[in-house]
Amino acid sequence: MSAATIVSLPDQSTATIPKMNFLSKENGLLSWLLTGDHKRIATLYLISITFFFFIGGSLAGLIRLELLTPQTSLMAADTYNKVFTMHGVIMVFLFLVPSVPATIGNFVIPMMVGAKDLALPKINLLSWYLYIIAGFMVIYTMAAGGVDTGWTFTSPLSTHYLNTHVISTGLAIFVAGFSSIFTGLNFIVTIHKMRCPGMTWFRLPLFVWSNYAASILMVLGTPVLAITLVLVVLERTVHIGVFDPAYGGDPILFQHLFWFYSHPAVYIMILPGMGVISEVVSTFSRKRVFGYTAVAFSSVAIAVFGFFVWAHHMFIMGISNYAALVFSLLTMLVAVPSAIKIFNWAFTLYKGSITFETPMLYAFGFMGLFTIGGMTGVFLGATGTDIHLTETYFIVAHFHFVMVGGMLMAFLSGIHFWWPKWTGRMYPEKISQLAAIVTFIGFNFTFFPQFILGTLGMPRRYAAYPPEFQALNVFSTAGATILGVGYLLPILYLTWSLKYGAVAGNNPWQATGLEWQTQSPPLTENFPETPVMDHEAYDYEWLERQEEKEVASVG
Amino acid sequence: MSDSTAISNSTAAEAGDSHHGEHPPYQRHHFETVDQQFDATNFAMWLFLLTEVMFFGGLFTAYLIMRNWYYPAFVEGSHQLSIFWGTANTAVLILSSFTMAMSVWSAEKRRRGSLVLYLCLTLMFGFTFLGIKGIEWHEKWEKHHIPGSSFSVQSFVNPASDPEVYKEYHDPPLAPDMAQKTEQYFFLYFAMTGMHALHMVIGVGILIFMIFRARGGAYTTGHVTFVENFGLYWHFVDIIWIYLFALLYLISRH
Amino acid sequence: MSEQHQEHEQEHHIVSPGVYLVILLALLVGTAATVAASYIDLGEWHIAPGLTLFWNPVVALAIATTKATLVVLFFMHVKYSTRLTKLTVASGLFTFLVLIGMTLADYFSRAWGRW
Repeated sequence: MSAATIVSLPDQSTATIPKMNFLSKENGLLSWLLTGDHKRIATLYLISITFFFFIGGSLAGLIRLELLTPQTSLMAADTYNKVFTMHGVIMVFLFLVPSVPATIGNFVIPMMVGAKDLALPKINLLSWYLYIIAGFMVIYTMAAGGVDTGWTFTSPLSTHYLNTHVISTGLAIFVAGFSSIFTGLNFIVTIHKMRCPGMTWFRLPLFVWSNYAASILMVLGTPVLAITLVLVVLERTVHIGVFDPAYGGDPILFQHLFWFYSHPAVYIMILPGMGVISEVVSTFSRKRVFGYTAVAFSSVAIAVFGFFVWAHHMFIMGISNYAALVFSLLTMLVAVPSAIKIFNWAFTLYKGSITFETPMLYAFGFMGLFTIGGMTGVFLGATGTDIHLTETYFIVAHFHFVMVGGMLMAFLSGIHFWWPKWTGRMYPEKISQLAAIVTFIGFNFTFFPQFILGTLGMPRRYAAYPPEFQALNVFSTAGATILGVGYLLPILYLTWSLKYGAVAGNNPWQATGLEWQTQSPPLTENFPETPVMDHEAYDYEWLERQEEKEVASVG
Repeated sequence: MSDSTAISNSTAAEAGDSHHGEHPPYQRHHFETVDQQFDATNFAMWLFLLTEVMFFGGLFTAYLIMRNWYYPAFVEGSHQLSIFWGTANTAVLILSSFTMAMSVWSAEKRRRGSLVLYLCLTLMFGFTFLGIKGIEWHEKWEKHHIPGSSFSVQSFVNPASDPEVYKEYHDPPLAPDMAQKTEQYFFLYFAMTGMHALHMVIGVGILIFMIFRARGGAYTTGHVTFVENFGLYWHFVDIIWIYLFALLYLISRH
Repeated sequence: MSEQHQEHEQEHHIVSPGVYLVILLALLVGTAATVAASYIDLGEWHIAPGLTLFWNPVVALAIATTKATLVVLFFMHVKYSTRLTKLTVASGLFTFLVLIGMTLADYFSRAWGRW
């Protein structure tokens, strides 16, 4: 076994993509638009979120261009407000929240549990349509002039003082929220009720555990966002008076209700990414994830504790000192399960046979950058330091480290990892490794200076800033250019690989997991026969025995 | 896919393995057994109800805070609601929950006539509830208690000007700023009862659909899932009303 | 049909109409009770200076919760359902209470404000 790579491809001179697969099963637009097949829906989602990612990314480019100079040179301050608001709205609700669950999760979870499809295929399709409707509403909002409240819609700015398109954006997110709820609901039912014979809870891949935990958050948290948006719309249209002090309301009430969802939302965003990392780290160290049970339970613990900490976004807003104390303490607690996961992945690497294919490079990037982002979260969870750091670029850097350095890297890791299963073809390894490294370098140049800017006192959401901050801002923008290249490359080479990539075969990574024991791309019904799970998760010895049996029987 | 031949098919399904064996026409192909389908969809409905609990939860939170801030206004606002109609509506919904539970029982016992009867009774109670709601809201409109440009605080600044209510409760007059908060009470009243009524309307719509299907025998051949899951939804809407009644109508009537 | 179903985890225990009738009556009695209670001043509990608990809303909510529990357990069959269903209901209730409880805790503990 070569030490340089674990990739094991079939003989390229004779190998072909299997004729019967979920992509070739039926043709025509309607077979896609009316599909119940979770793999096709996942594909539809992948195309859609990539589209919105690039819109959100372009807006980020505009932000960084504006911030090259201390004055408002490129656009008026109001326009800048619209740009960062739309960037946030699109990236959070139309990209990060559905990214891993609706694409990779939809594709892989039924196979991981050994089922033919998710429990509710029509609801799955509905979920995608709701996402598309929400996307159209956001595009309409941008075309009609945008909204400039910040993605957090803080009242009374959003309810009383602004005349921009708060209502259409609020309704768009309302729709997107239900898309998310239905995905989560589907996952929970599938994981509970559709596991194949022998698939006990503790034989499930950790990716399933992470998505299960995220799904609980989606189902319980998102409806609160929905009602909050309804109240904001009512506040703007009929002046119901719950949030607006002019009518006797409380602006902090809005924040309580908003953050009750939006804090669990960050765990909705990161947990599926953590699930990807568990799969990738195990496969590319050829080792069972260290402390499987701890990682599984810590996923659920993050979900549960994630509901108790929302007011740490509100320390300076006027909540009581006692509430600040309690929420700060609880915030310290919620950091623990995340740290447990990082430790466990690190110990998985220890004495493993590590190789550095692209998914693993992204996973390494995740572990380093998420750790930094997570630790800076602890600084923010302490009320004393938060008073100085909140609403500065320190916060911006913190959440970009965890969401972009963490989540987006995990997403790319997962896309590369499951690409052969999805399309039947391998992506080109050298250029993808280059893209991963370029992304990592670009990311650090973009966002690390922002920690420094934040501690020096540069406020967030400002188009103009004191000239002493310019040098670091220029540095950050330069990094953003590199980062952009790093994100553009995968689009190019992944598209290329659809036609010219090497044929992958069933299991190019020699991974465990039920999805790897069937053809690539999979059949519409996933497995020719209902699988029976007779071994533990990440059982590499079982895999070896399977391969020996195959070799023996082919002859 | 309702089919009267389904009864004969289901015995075959339970007999052997399920690959491409026969199974009832109402069993979706991605489920291994009918029981798995029932379990899964039942669980899914419960999860959906959880989302509804959290959805109304946000409204309840806003209501509780405003009620505590503006208690005198909320008291006098609630005196404007008719305890007679409110109690009547509560009884109507409780009866409709009973008839809905009996519908599920009828479906489980495969009694088509009984099922249709109880579904129709449930529908009748549903319409009654909405009708009474209409009466109440209309009364609010007549008394200028619908929030918005036509809202009048006359009954609260000078309670004696509303003899019916004044006779019962002898409310003290409210200062103008507190009296203005009665509009907020009514906003929350309409938002909460309106959201509830919307859920009732959706329920009534699905009930009508179900009655037609039930008459054709769709739910009395062993496939009770739809009726049972709808029943869960209907009971949940009833529970929301039980709390709305306690919170909106019964603030303080002494 | 019945033997196959009994083996399965989700019991299709059919609740009898008699039970439903009893619950119906209990709910109607509860409604009457809660209306009657709202007409009586049930007093208050002076926990601390400036912190008073009025019993009327507590009683109203207690009766409402009892009625809701009866509907959940019997009309919605939770009493005869699997542990998973019971756990699901409990987790929904728990999250709902966290939302209301922790939000109100902020309002109650504000030094400024209208409490």
